[in-house]
Amino acid sequence: MSPTKDRFISSILFAIASFSITALFVIGLFIFIEGFPIILRIGIGKFILSTDWSPLEGRFGILSMIVGSLCVAVGTLIVAVPLGVGCAIYLSEFASKRTVAIIKPAIELLFAIPSVVYGFVGVLFIVPFVRTHLGGQGHGFCILTASVVLGIMVLPVIVGMSIDALQAVPKVYRDGSLALGATKWQTTTMVTLRAARSGILAGVILGMANAIGETMAVIMVIGNAVVMPNSPLDSVRTLTSNIALEMGYATGEHRQALFATGVVLFVIIMILNAMTRYVTRKRIA
Amino acid sequence: MKRPHPKTQELIAKTILSLFAAIVVMTLLAIVGYVVVKGVRVINADFLFGSPKSMGREGGILPFIISTLYITVTGLLISIPLGLGSAIYLTEYTSEGWPTKVIRFGIDCLAGVPSIVLGLFGFTFFVRLLNFSWSILSGGLTVSLMILPFIIRSSEEAIRAVPSSYRDVAFATGGTRWQCVTRVVLPCALPGIVTGIILAIGKCVGETASVIFTAGTSLRIPMSMFDSGRTLAVHFYLLVRETGASDMAYGSAATLLISILVVNFFAYWLMRKFISRVS
Repeated sequence: MSPTKDRFISSILFAIASFSITALFVIGLFIFIEGFPIILRIGIGKFILSTDWSPLEGRFGILSMIVGSLCVAVGTLIVAVPLGVGCAIYLSEFASKRTVAIIKPAIELLFAIPSVVYGFVGVLFIVPFVRTHLGGQGHGFCILTASVVLGIMVLPVIVGMSIDALQAVPKVYRDGSLALGATKWQTTTMVTLRAARSGILAGVILGMANAIGETMAVIMVIGNAVVMPNSPLDSVRTLTSNIALEMGYATGEHRQALFATGVVLFVIIMILNAMTRYVTRKRIA
Repeated sequence: MKRPHPKTQELIAKTILSLFAAIVVMTLLAIVGYVVVKGVRVINADFLFGSPKSMGREGGILPFIISTLYITVTGLLISIPLGLGSAIYLTEYTSEGWPTKVIRFGIDCLAGVPSIVLGLFGFTFFVRLLNFSWSILSGGLTVSLMILPFIIRSSEEAIRAVPSSYRDVAFATGGTRWQCVTRVVLPCALPGIVTGIILAIGKCVGETASVIFTAGTSLRIPMSMFDSGRTLAVHFYLLVRETGASDMAYGSAATLLISILVVNFFAYWLMRKFISRVS
């Protein structure tokens, strides 16, 4: 085989490797082409700052859904971060090697559970529980329920990334602290956690992005009412569920408005992605 | 109030953290256990190989299993060559510079695109613009975009795990880069690459949001790439939305979970073998 042929292969591989960024660009482009005209027609301010979503009357405002998505994302983090990071600290700093060898693959395995299954379990257990014990306007289908369901769903992501971040901290850091007479717990809070901070944060942001982007599990447990929420027990609609619920029958401007919802979702996720990159880049520098 | 002794603090912290870890593991296992136990009773030959009756509320799930298989295979056929090629380029053919940064940025962002947005894209691009309509092909193409970043990353990791001395030997004996990749690096990295692909299968099988808008919800067995087909995950979602917790829903969920778990166990078994071989 000649070096010329090798160079030829190299350029083919470069083309293949460029596929992802091209695909991303094309995806963004098509969502924008379909969704942007209606944003321009209504006015971007009115589209994202109005709470009036009446597709049949031609009024499209998605503020309540943006708020809904953000509420669910924050709720998810409140459930998942303490549990997930706590679990990761235990597994990485305190648990025996054998325990980790059993539990870590188990948690990673659970990453593959389809989100619909989480939604289903939410409908079976958490919705009735919230309905009978806490009540509220959503009859169990509410932000709280969705937060718990998504919180459980993103646990494997947060645990996995936090463990990786903690284990990437060089052993000498811990040894230095322990040699100074600090306890293991003091070492963890004062040295290891600080060193692993950015990696854990990246995991948390990724979990948040997963929560905002999740669709089917949310639809099943959140009630999907287009209202501004006043309490965690209110039913809301998220950006994702808005698209999935109405896409089946929407036509014309209504369909465009759903793509515009997709544009907003796309932008939010890209901002979160950029944040993850920013956070992890600082660690390397 | 006096702060407790550091040793006591550590004991308290350790107890609480182990409790957290127990809660996490128990919750996740309880979910899997409950669904599998409730659903396994429904699974039998008639259920797995029968055709659905009354819109899938009774009967079997064979068409959904077949659609799931077709879409997964289509997705893999597209994403494996692209993913493997990208991984080879990023690890073997280039040094870190701004082009790789841009490529990596694209891969990370593509991984982050929510599946519902992919569904919207698949609907405008594959279903309408390319006129593939709601079909196995549209669904498979959309799913391939979802798993591509995943396959790139796992292949990259597997390729990087191959010791550089192997490459040095290949070059020292006068091999070209491509010969080094195909005859030395890829054979060594193969189990790791296959593990990543198997894990991607699990993601394909469980995917709902994007597939429902691109492959449709037909109840029939798809006869060609251009037929609509309902995957098992989509079927399960529609069942729960329409009928709530029925026997059929439990059965479908259990089938879904068991197949994914079996596939993933296999992947981990392979991964263990790979790790012990490399190190």
